[in-house]
Amino acid sequence: MKTIKYKEALMHFVFLLSACVSILAVALICIFLFANGIPAMAKIGFFKFLSGLTWKPSNDIYGIFPMILGSLYVTAGAIIIGVPIGILTATFMARFCPKKLYRFLKPTIDLLAGIPSVVYGFFGLMVIVPFVRNTFGGSGSGMLSASIVLGIMILPTVIGVCESALRAVPESYYEGSLALGATHERSVFFSVMPAAKSGILAGVILGIGRAVGETMAVIMVAGNQAIIPKGILKGLRTLTANIVLEMGYAAELHREALIATAVVLFVFILIINLSFSLMKRRSKI
Amino acid sequence: MKSLNNSSKIQSLALRCAVFLSAILTVGILVSLVAYILIKGVPNLSWSLFSISYTSENVSLFPALLNTITMTFLSLLVAMPLGIFSAIYLVEYAKRGNRLVSIIRITSETLAGIPSIVYGLFGFLLFVIALGFGYSLLAGALTLAIMVLPVIMRTTEEALISVPDSLREGSFGLGAGKLRTIFKVVLPSAAPGILAGAILSIGRIVGETAALIYTAGTVAQIPESLLGSGRTLSVHLYALWTEGLNTKQSYATAVVLLVIVIGLNALLAFVAKRLGKGKI
Repeated sequence: MKTIKYKEALMHFVFLLSACVSILAVALICIFLFANGIPAMAKIGFFKFLSGLTWKPSNDIYGIFPMILGSLYVTAGAIIIGVPIGILTATFMARFCPKKLYRFLKPTIDLLAGIPSVVYGFFGLMVIVPFVRNTFGGSGSGMLSASIVLGIMILPTVIGVCESALRAVPESYYEGSLALGATHERSVFFSVMPAAKSGILAGVILGIGRAVGETMAVIMVAGNQAIIPKGILKGLRTLTANIVLEMGYAAELHREALIATAVVLFVFILIINLSFSLMKRRSKI
Repeated sequence: MKSLNNSSKIQSLALRCAVFLSAILTVGILVSLVAYILIKGVPNLSWSLFSISYTSENVSLFPALLNTITMTFLSLLVAMPLGIFSAIYLVEYAKRGNRLVSIIRITSETLAGIPSIVYGLFGFLLFVIALGFGYSLLAGALTLAIMVLPVIMRTTEEALISVPDSLREGSFGLGAGKLRTIFKVVLPSAAPGILAGAILSIGRIVGETAALIYTAGTVAQIPESLLGSGRTLSVHLYALWTEGLNTKQSYATAVVLLVIVIGLNALLAFVAKRLGKGKI
């Protein structure tokens, strides 16, 4: 009897310990990133690092403003392309889709979410980049191609969250609108959709998080020039790409500057996640 | 009045068109992506791609395939117990309104949102440098284990919550202890949900690149031990791009990756179906 009691207590402790691993992991990630990144920022100069326009590691000049802008540009492009299609597809799935078709559509969206980002990158490289080059000129690798690829990649995220937000709206909203003489479409768009507003916004925010954090697909199609792009066909480099491209051979301050780049990225993501949680709480999905 | 009716009709029609077009576009994108990779890739598959070692003449993807399997197995070996145990603590042991529970929830949500390149950098700093593993399968697997931990935690938690309390009460009523109830009664009924989490995690691991380049490295051979460097299939595809020579082999690698992912998704759908039936 005593050994059983002992075992129970021991396992209780093991479960508790395992549960604390995620806390430990977040703490370690913060410590390692900040401990390596912050001193570099201090050495380069905090303001100079964030707003510097030149990134020339060979001359010890580290300004990541072009990369911050690059991340913002492709994310904005991905939102412009992906969000309208995503929300409308979610509306289709929640309100227009016959049950039989839904059984086919849902796995399709899941598959879209499961395809590895290198495969998206490869597809972008082989199909979207040549398409952009032949239609609009230029090299093809650049903001537009990256935005299209990212726009496709955030689709399943946006669709998933928006669909559950739309489904969470009480049926009475829809029925009330129908009873007042509105058509099916008007009821969905002007009665159900406004009620799902914060849920839909949560989906968009999650999509932004995906787009900012995406690395491999962007590297393969964005051109990666570390300068502020002067047009939507010009190449650009994102924060994520900056890390992957140079980490392999970076040393000393250069390496620390790359880790500091990751710190900036990490802070962006934390802010985005925080706003996502706030939105989610508000919409109660 | 009539014109208003007309404009409202037009508006409804336009909205309906937009919704249908978007859905068609979404499906169209996926179908064209899969079709393109299969059509261009399958003719490039050949037996020589599956030979045991990689040489510059024969860019074999077999070592990468084997490394992917090792990596998946190793990551799950670490992440599954941790994730399942965490979920057990959260669902079966923690009291309502516990401060620790809300911290665990927040941290696991944070983990789920961190981009893979940040994991890669963290793994590089902790496992490769600080712990001295070097570029190795082990460093990569540990990094990925942390990455998939929130996935396993969440799915297991949901599975445990959906086990009806009457099962637990029945077990307690028959005199079983808490631990025995969890392992003999609760976990078996939650198994399909946990399995679904495992499959999702495998998908993440197979598709991961950014977190592995600077942890597991990019050596294109089968390492002799877990402390050796080896590239997985996704890393292989990326490495082929950076080398910029072997387009045919890239297509073939993309096909193999895609087939694995489609297989995993089918498996997931199958498990989910079983799960749905079990519930009813």
